[in-house]
Amino acid sequence: MDVATSLFLVQDAILNGAIYSLVGVSLVLIFAVTRVIFIAQGEFVAFSTLTFAALEAGKVPKAGGLLILLGMMAYIASLIRERSSLTKTRVFVLVLADVFVPILIVCLAAFLAPLQLGFVVEALLTFLLIVPMGPYIYRVVFEPLAEASVLVLLIASFGVHLALTGLGLGFFGPEGANTSSLVTRSFTVGELTITGQSLVVVGTTVALFIAFAGVFGRTLFGKALRACASNRLGARLVGIPTGVAGQITFGLAALLGCVCGILIGPILTVYYDSGFMIGLKGFVAAIIGALGSYVVTAAAALVVALVEAFSSFYVSAYKEIVVFTLLVPVLLWRSLRSPHMVGRS
Amino acid sequence: MMRHSTILWQLAVFIGAAVVTQTRLVDDYTASLVVYIGIAGIVAIGLTLLTGVGGMTSFGQAAFVGLGAYTTAALNVRFGMSPWETLPCSLVITGVSALLIGGITVRLAGHFLPLGTIAWGLSLYFTFGNIEWLGGHDGLRGIQPIALGSLVLVEPKAYLLVVWIAVAIAVVLTSNLLNSRIGRALRSLREEAAVGAAFGVDANRLKLVVFVYAALLAGTAGWLYAHFQRSVAPGSFGIVAGIEYLLMAVIGGPGHVVGAIAGSALVTVVRDQLQNALPSLLGSIGNYETVVFGCLIVIILQTSQRGIGPVLFGFLDRRRLSIDDGEQLPLLRSQDARERLLTVRQLTKRFGGLVAVKDVDLVVARATIVGLIGPNGAGKSTTFNLIAGSIAADSGQIDFNGEDIRLFSQPKIASCRLARTFQHPHVVHDMTVIENVMLGAHVRGQIGFLGAMLRMNRAEERRLLRTAYEQIRRVGLEKVAFSTAGNLSLGELRLLEIARALCLDPLLVMLDEPAAGLRVGEKRALANLLRDLRQQGLGILLVEHDMSFVMSLVDDLFVLNFGSLIARGRPAAIREDEAVLKAYLGTAA
Repeated sequence: MDVATSLFLVQDAILNGAIYSLVGVSLVLIFAVTRVIFIAQGEFVAFSTLTFAALEAGKVPKAGGLLILLGMMAYIASLIRERSSLTKTRVFVLVLADVFVPILIVCLAAFLAPLQLGFVVEALLTFLLIVPMGPYIYRVVFEPLAEASVLVLLIASFGVHLALTGLGLGFFGPEGANTSSLVTRSFTVGELTITGQSLVVVGTTVALFIAFAGVFGRTLFGKALRACASNRLGARLVGIPTGVAGQITFGLAALLGCVCGILIGPILTVYYDSGFMIGLKGFVAAIIGALGSYVVTAAAALVVALVEAFSSFYVSAYKEIVVFTLLVPVLLWRSLRSPHMVGRS
Repeated sequence: MMRHSTILWQLAVFIGAAVVTQTRLVDDYTASLVVYIGIAGIVAIGLTLLTGVGGMTSFGQAAFVGLGAYTTAALNVRFGMSPWETLPCSLVITGVSALLIGGITVRLAGHFLPLGTIAWGLSLYFTFGNIEWLGGHDGLRGIQPIALGSLVLVEPKAYLLVVWIAVAIAVVLTSNLLNSRIGRALRSLREEAAVGAAFGVDANRLKLVVFVYAALLAGTAGWLYAHFQRSVAPGSFGIVAGIEYLLMAVIGGPGHVVGAIAGSALVTVVRDQLQNALPSLLGSIGNYETVVFGCLIVIILQTSQRGIGPVLFGFLDRRRLSIDDGEQLPLLRSQDARERLLTVRQLTKRFGGLVAVKDVDLVVARATIVGLIGPNGAGKSTTFNLIAGSIAADSGQIDFNGEDIRLFSQPKIASCRLARTFQHPHVVHDMTVIENVMLGAHVRGQIGFLGAMLRMNRAEERRLLRTAYEQIRRVGLEKVAFSTAGNLSLGELRLLEIARALCLDPLLVMLDEPAAGLRVGEKRALANLLRDLRQQGLGILLVEHDMSFVMSLVDDLFVLNFGSLIARGRPAAIREDEAVLKAYLGTAA
């Protein structure tokens, strides 16, 4: 392999690594607050790309139907769960938040989409359509399971993944989509061509990353969210609404997924089920970070992308196998270091 | 132990159902559905054992089905080996792979274990699709059907019999296993790994054996699948298939063998209906079954984590255990108790900067009751756990009946005849009291995994039962011997713990606050029991807060404060000891 090829592979890896790190960081975030290992994070990414692509083409995005459906599910789930303590105000609030808001968003998207108002409006519309799905999913699936074990939550998140992939095919259809680059200029450094898009991807990731680390490490808001994970009851006793914290977290994760989705649009053709593989790569990174460290996860995401890039050059067909097999020794190492080991051997 | 009449009934139902399937009432389409239910049922039985019993959830079980299927497919298509020749090959390949993969997987702690199964599940899936010799993404076609003599099993109706005989064998072997000494140890692993370890269960080894067994069931299912389908493709063995198998086990209920088959039936029929009926109804193609399965998983986890098995087939589980007057288990053959049973020297344990136990010396002679007391945080429980081996000491010596057991594993310590109870009772809630107590005699049994599956353990089980009942009677729990342990009061749980410890046939019993939560009468009975045991030559080490209980009972007292020994002596002397008074009451101003 010559220098140019390896530089190209490294560049490719940095680009993918940035995406994986955003997914990985979302997983760490969700796990830190709710103890859910959220396998379906990749679906937010894929659905966002498909939505953004539709908006870019001036079409009404099909995510609207999914949003309304999830809103209805959240509404019904809340009605069933709170059936003994429902008040008129509560029902009104639920109707507003779960039925009215999604319909409003969809109408807005349907009205604005044909006008093709440019990147900012389209991106904002994508956020509006995708981000509320996060809290809805949390309310329908995970809030009732808040006291359950990590394992039960993991199985449930596989359930969400299955359901979302099925719904994704139903709503978005089997066609793939990609979007045009945000920045079309590219620069040449030596033998290497650096596309503007890759700079945008890396720049956005770094900015988001710094913002997140700051919010979670240093603000009271971040600390309150973290408290929910380590001791739910304790968090409630000091006045943190744990259910709301879960919803916020899933909203933030969906937002990060959205950013990812918009960023990869120009790089990759995305199908309704493309999210799973992207999600799993981020998941590998998050595991290496022991689902706890944002910094290690980001670094690990880069390593995963490098391994993937170089193994796709040497043993192209086996690149997925290499990535997932590498996870096994990592798990073993993580598990030996974890504190709750019983017994001496 | 299932009643024989129950087994006969099951057999009768099974044969009756088999006969019905051969009549005209069942068409080929239904018959092939029943074949698929059986094949998936075998996988789900293995999975329910792994998940529900061993506490290991596998998302990668489909990969083992794939290994079994691909092995027979490749050998058959590429080398023309007959299905009966490839069956052992399928099993060997699956078994050896499971041994290698499981060797790493079962060592993973907590949620790392299921994550590990995702990792190797995906790796194997991608491996199937990327090896040209295995047909790549298209897989292999033209696999021969199974032949019995001149009878070639192509028709679903004929194949159905083969599949369901395999299912029946799997059900019988697995149920036998669950109702054995090994099975009880397995059932304890999910909730109470600490108990298993304290009574000599080698958890990692047991988990590995179960892992391999579940994989072999999956491999068998794969072999059956390949010769029915007559083709294999990687798509059938991916992570989604793995989740579907898991769903079957979840529907059936953890550890419920018949439930797993019901889960398989439900999932298979629903999938069939959604793939065939719904699209023609709605006029479009979609993955409706994944949506339904996804929702089903969530709904079951939210509403009934115990699954449908116990509700539908609970009557099959009602087992009647009969106690006879026959012999008990043979006593453990080891050295007789020495005069100085336990000698602890310079025992030290640090947690980070905190020295929890510092240079503690302790002696327990045979036929004595020794108390270990001290204010809260003195290091009593840590000392206790260091001796029992549930935490590792940093330095020092623990000499038990002539052997230094400091570096021994917990199971090995148990087989040296050292038994313990727990401060917060650890019992397996969904087992009966007597089953919990039988767990205590784990190291006294001989018959292992295979023997249990083939029911060669009847005599031993009878003796085990008798031994356990004897100890239950001794602590006065015979009225609740056959109730579920989860229903006991705190006092009864403490007595159960003591009965379980006695079942080990110990030389030394270590009791962690046995009197806490007991009423006055119960305390008196407990004190009498401990005196009896002392009479019989047992050594007893007691950590206890109830001073009148301790003082009336013990021969010797050790007092800890801030991790160090501050006094040792007879109860009367300790009462007057200034250092002890200071530790308990503070310095006089």
